[in-house]
Amino acid sequence: MAAKAAFDELWGASRGKAARPGLEALATWLGDTPPGEFDRRQQAAETAFRTLGITFNVYGDDEAAERIIPFDIVPRIFTDREWARLSAGLEQRVRAINAFIEDVYGPRRILADGVVPADIVLGNPQFCVAVAGARPPHGVYAHICGIDLVRTGPEDFHVLEDNARTPSGVSYMLENREAMLRLCPELFDILPVRPVDSYPELLRDTLHSVAPPGARDPRGVLLTPGHYNSAFYEHSFLADNMGIELVEGSDLEVDDDIVWMRTIEGRVRVDVIYRRIDDDFLDPLVFRRDSMLGVPGLMAAYLAGNVTLANAPGTGIADDKAIYSYMPEIVRYYTGEEVKLPNVETWRCREPEALRYTLDNLDKLVVKLVDGSGGYGMLVGPTASKNEIERFRAALEAEPHRYIAQPTLALSTVPTLTDSGLAPRHVDFRPFVLTGADGVTIVPGGLTRVALREGSLVVNSSQGGGTKDSFVLAPGKEPA
Amino acid sequence: MRLNVRYSTQYLYSTPARRIIQLLRVTPQSFAGQTVLDWRIDVDCDARLREGCDGYGNVTHMLYVDAPVPSLRVTVTGCVMPEDAAGLVQGLPSDLPPGVFVRVTSLTRAGLPLRELAQALEQQGGTRLEKLHRLTGLIHMRMNFDTGTTDVDTPAEEAFAAGHGVCQDFAHIFIAVARCLGIPARYVSGHLYRRDGAVVQEAAHAWAEAWVEDLGWVAFDPTNGICADDTYIRVACGLDYRDAAPFAGARSGGGSETLAVEVQVRQAQSQTQS
Repeated sequence: MAAKAAFDELWGASRGKAARPGLEALATWLGDTPPGEFDRRQQAAETAFRTLGITFNVYGDDEAAERIIPFDIVPRIFTDREWARLSAGLEQRVRAINAFIEDVYGPRRILADGVVPADIVLGNPQFCVAVAGARPPHGVYAHICGIDLVRTGPEDFHVLEDNARTPSGVSYMLENREAMLRLCPELFDILPVRPVDSYPELLRDTLHSVAPPGARDPRGVLLTPGHYNSAFYEHSFLADNMGIELVEGSDLEVDDDIVWMRTIEGRVRVDVIYRRIDDDFLDPLVFRRDSMLGVPGLMAAYLAGNVTLANAPGTGIADDKAIYSYMPEIVRYYTGEEVKLPNVETWRCREPEALRYTLDNLDKLVVKLVDGSGGYGMLVGPTASKNEIERFRAALEAEPHRYIAQPTLALSTVPTLTDSGLAPRHVDFRPFVLTGADGVTIVPGGLTRVALREGSLVVNSSQGGGTKDSFVLAPGKEPA
Repeated sequence: MRLNVRYSTQYLYSTPARRIIQLLRVTPQSFAGQTVLDWRIDVDCDARLREGCDGYGNVTHMLYVDAPVPSLRVTVTGCVMPEDAAGLVQGLPSDLPPGVFVRVTSLTRAGLPLRELAQALEQQGGTRLEKLHRLTGLIHMRMNFDTGTTDVDTPAEEAFAAGHGVCQDFAHIFIAVARCLGIPARYVSGHLYRRDGAVVQEAAHAWAEAWVEDLGWVAFDPTNGICADDTYIRVACGLDYRDAAPFAGARSGGGSETLAVEVQVRQAQSQTQS
């Protein structure tokens, strides 16, 4: 729906007549490249991804346990001005997120001041009681945030989700760029595209900057649940590119509240763990006893201040859809400024009036589980069947506090290669925001996800979406 | 009352355990209702202990053993002076807001029978404190104390359906129903001096605390049908057993394991003992 009316990232509102200022070169390239050539390059990209083994496990899909996320070679472009605005908004938001987490596990001023209702924080399963009172080095909790943004008009960017637990997808940002450089080198001659390849280095520097005080020449490792995890490719890719060890729980042991890595040359002390496993699995002595993925004693080492965990345990509290709806207030509370990147309008079904509105408009709204993710536990009203809507109505009436509702947005589109040539497809965008001891860094780029089915608004890779490269242009004209 | 506690756990391994790591929550703290006079942890092999504190404010010790051992005995001894505060728990060194303790956990989930019990209590009316007293009495009356039918993973609902269990199950049932009523409730582990003269006990004790406006946390022991008095030594608290369990551990090697627990709580004989 709304595909016709949606803002197009290349053409703006001109319906394919004139590109937006600064993007003319892409339009010319699209017009000048013979149609067969796109198909040829697209296939080359697929072959390359398959050879590299960039795959993604789709949970709940038996037929295709592992598959390639479809890649589209038409990039999505941000002008320098757009990027400046976005990065200012992202930095503000992530600073507020870190201040919020520090506060709710510490003095809890925001609850005492009644800005956020205490019960949705304290009673929230994401509020990790085990770390109450603990403060990580430099007060940084959410070292890596993957903030999902959507665009609905020339000036209208909205935050859809603040992924602050273990956001994934950054390897696609890097691999997509690699692919574009190889397949469409001429694009980089005609457009001043800012590079993204420094990300692994920046991530490593960020992680090392928040090592426990006293750790000289800190050692970081990346902790993965293992190769059955849907993002395992990304874990090994990032560890490789950062030049740090990729480890599983069984490679680590805790002794005297210190984390050690077993190596063939003996034990080596670990200072920072970029963990890509969920809180629940970190330490079987504190969380799930049946977890084979974590490390017994890891939380004791963390609480003793002997190891930094990124992201810190408990950051999920800032990444909860019920809390999300308060993010504008949270930003104002901690920064004293108005929010630069607004939320998508959100109805909290725990509030009777919002619930009534939601129930009356189920066919128009997107309804989400507060603690769901990846497109699971979600109703997209306009495309849902009568049955699905009635099932959701019952679920909502039974447990309204578990849901929020949002309008279906006219997500912006980008020209995308389809079976019938180039056609507009809806996109969202996930930039990766790093917070270290010295502040916030954002690589100029991110992951653009595209809904490949005509009219579809669901971009999740677990729901069959694809990806595109995201170009951020440098200011002014660069010499070709 | 001045109480001497000796709490010993012995693990016997079928083959030597190469490495042992345990999280201990066995150290009580002084607060308005109890004074800890003396407390120590002894381990019968070459082990290291690291003291810490968890998010609930419990004192924790990590225990590390890294040479092969055929068995492990941890002995906790101490002397505590609890006071009868009619169940009131005040002046804890650190305390989380009660709002934390409304969350449902897998051990304290209430199915239909427990929700019905909550409903019945609600319908009878009365103050929050009266409801909690009635709940304590109800569990004490309906449930039979019976070791060996439930284990540490038995959810409240299952023990309630079976009609018997140990103090841990009684506490979980209390907590599940209280939370159904919207009352913050938490699990407490500790020790109990038995007035009936049973000095030697098979396990540590457990009860629950519920939040009553104007009073604060009040300790209810559904196993004995009373509020905690000067025979109760409070050690650790959490959302359920798992957060407050005296021991949680992991090891490599060791084969199968048998565990022997012995708790002795007796009244201190000499009042002049220092």
